[in-house]
Amino acid sequence: MTLAGLSDLLVGPFVEFGFMRRALAGCLALSLSAPPLGVFLMLRRMSLMSEAMSHAILPGAAAGFLVAGLSLPAMTLGGLIAGLAVALAAGFVTRSTVLKEDASLAAFYLISLAGGVFLVSLRGSQIDLLHILFGTVLALDDDALVLLGGIASLTLAALAVLYRPLVIECVDPLFLRSVGRVGGPVHSAFLALVVINLVGGFQALGTLLAVGLMLLPAIAARFWAADLSGLIPVSMLISMLASVTGLLVSYHAGIRLPTGPAIVLAAGALYLVSMLIGPRGGLLHRLVRRRHLEA
Amino acid sequence: MSAIRFRGLTLGYDRHPAVHHLDGTVASGDLLALVGPNGAGKSTLLKGIVGEVGALDGAVETGTKAIAYLPQAAEIDRSFPVSVLDLAAMGLWRPFGAWASLKRHRPRLLDALAAVGLSGFEDRPIGTLSGGQFQRALFARLILQDARLILLDEPFTGIDERTTADLLALIRGWHGEGRTVVAALHDLHQVRAHFPSTLVLARRPIAWGSTAEVLTPPVLARALALSEAWDEAAAICRHGTRAGTGDEAASAAAHDHHGHRHDDGHDHAHAHSPSHGHAGHGAAP
Repeated sequence: MTLAGLSDLLVGPFVEFGFMRRALAGCLALSLSAPPLGVFLMLRRMSLMSEAMSHAILPGAAAGFLVAGLSLPAMTLGGLIAGLAVALAAGFVTRSTVLKEDASLAAFYLISLAGGVFLVSLRGSQIDLLHILFGTVLALDDDALVLLGGIASLTLAALAVLYRPLVIECVDPLFLRSVGRVGGPVHSAFLALVVINLVGGFQALGTLLAVGLMLLPAIAARFWAADLSGLIPVSMLISMLASVTGLLVSYHAGIRLPTGPAIVLAAGALYLVSMLIGPRGGLLHRLVRRRHLEA
Repeated sequence: MSAIRFRGLTLGYDRHPAVHHLDGTVASGDLLALVGPNGAGKSTLLKGIVGEVGALDGAVETGTKAIAYLPQAAEIDRSFPVSVLDLAAMGLWRPFGAWASLKRHRPRLLDALAAVGLSGFEDRPIGTLSGGQFQRALFARLILQDARLILLDEPFTGIDERTTADLLALIRGWHGEGRTVVAALHDLHQVRAHFPSTLVLARRPIAWGSTAEVLTPPVLARALALSEAWDEAAAICRHGTRAGTGDEAASAAAHDHHGHRHDDGHDHAHAHSPSHGHAGHGAAP
């Protein structure tokens, strides 16, 4: 293949179509903010918690949809309120009763999810439900782009501010409680960031797939880097690569391949490749038995 | 001056007491061993002091909020990818908080690691340390916390002799600097050799005083006779309705002088009553 042909294949779609550029910008913004949160979720063994949280957002978005139709501000605000309410309620129940966080979160997200499906089915057709669940990355308008960019900026700034207490809270929450009172607020702020990113991702990818761009790059990064200073940038890179790949594949394959799932599938493929050849505990490196060291 | 004061402190879970009606004070600068069988409430008492477990009744007062507390190591996520230096540096949380740079204080961190015998380990992930090395790293964090009151929960369980000796030397050093140290321990030889005072706990306080006088066969036998099981049908404790806060020990001792014999389970009060004459213990004001 010629260089020009390659350029047509990889760059052409973005040069030619504004909606592709918008989709790319939105996904890259999301790639900067969601994967670092995924890294912390993974390391805290809370990976599935973000999945639960994404379901919790649904009724809020549905309520916004019921009130104002397919309106970005209404659905975003609704999603934020529902997600934060579930996170806070679950946190409150965890602190005040015998339930652990995963159980209390499961209880609230199931209530929330059922409520959301109920609300959506009160009005609107199957197509509307599909839109909420799977997003419309190729129809990002200015407002949606501003939202995604704002969320990425807020997330990175907040992570920088919270980084040290967040790491201590992950390693030794009891220690953080014994030296101060920031543990609870830091944990709540972290959950709020997760909710905000899921709401942002839901514009582009839908509630179900937003989790994919948060978790898959983080999990794949585990096979390439050992500590946080490596995991976070690697997860961002993998997420960006998945975004570009998913957009291009769905473009060249024709409209039939929906873009949101294509991006998450690309992230999934990168995860599988990382699991096979990643130098940090990847399968192939386990199979090759290297000579042990002297000491 | 007292570092910790207990006023009829009762700690427990789900209304069942794990520490029952503890009165007395830990003098500032004391090196106190907390001894008792499993389930005696040693860990619960330390958690109560640090505020991790709330009081069911009574109160505990500490002169300072800056308490260095070493829980049992199992409560730490050792698979999280942070370095030994990062773990030790957590000890600087109080003065440095979330944002202040630690870059210029690296020598201080390395000194603390050297003091626990972990020179050269600073960049190792904590998951690669052995049990003893990990405990040393936690002691480096305690050093950096620089607290006047230090609580240690079974710091030498599963730790070999050499490491234990090194860490005991650190504890004696803290004692020499006038810090107050309270440690839950199981090894009575260790307690006799290094800890001037001892509190024997078996849910209720059995004896409290100088180690030589407290660690006697009858006291230990009574501690071992502790029934570990909760009684689901236990009646509501009426202790508080009969005696006020802290006066119970004194009144029990006074009764003793009159020749009364208590066999209603209040004999524990004698052990740490002022009549034994240990400065800093009992219900002294």
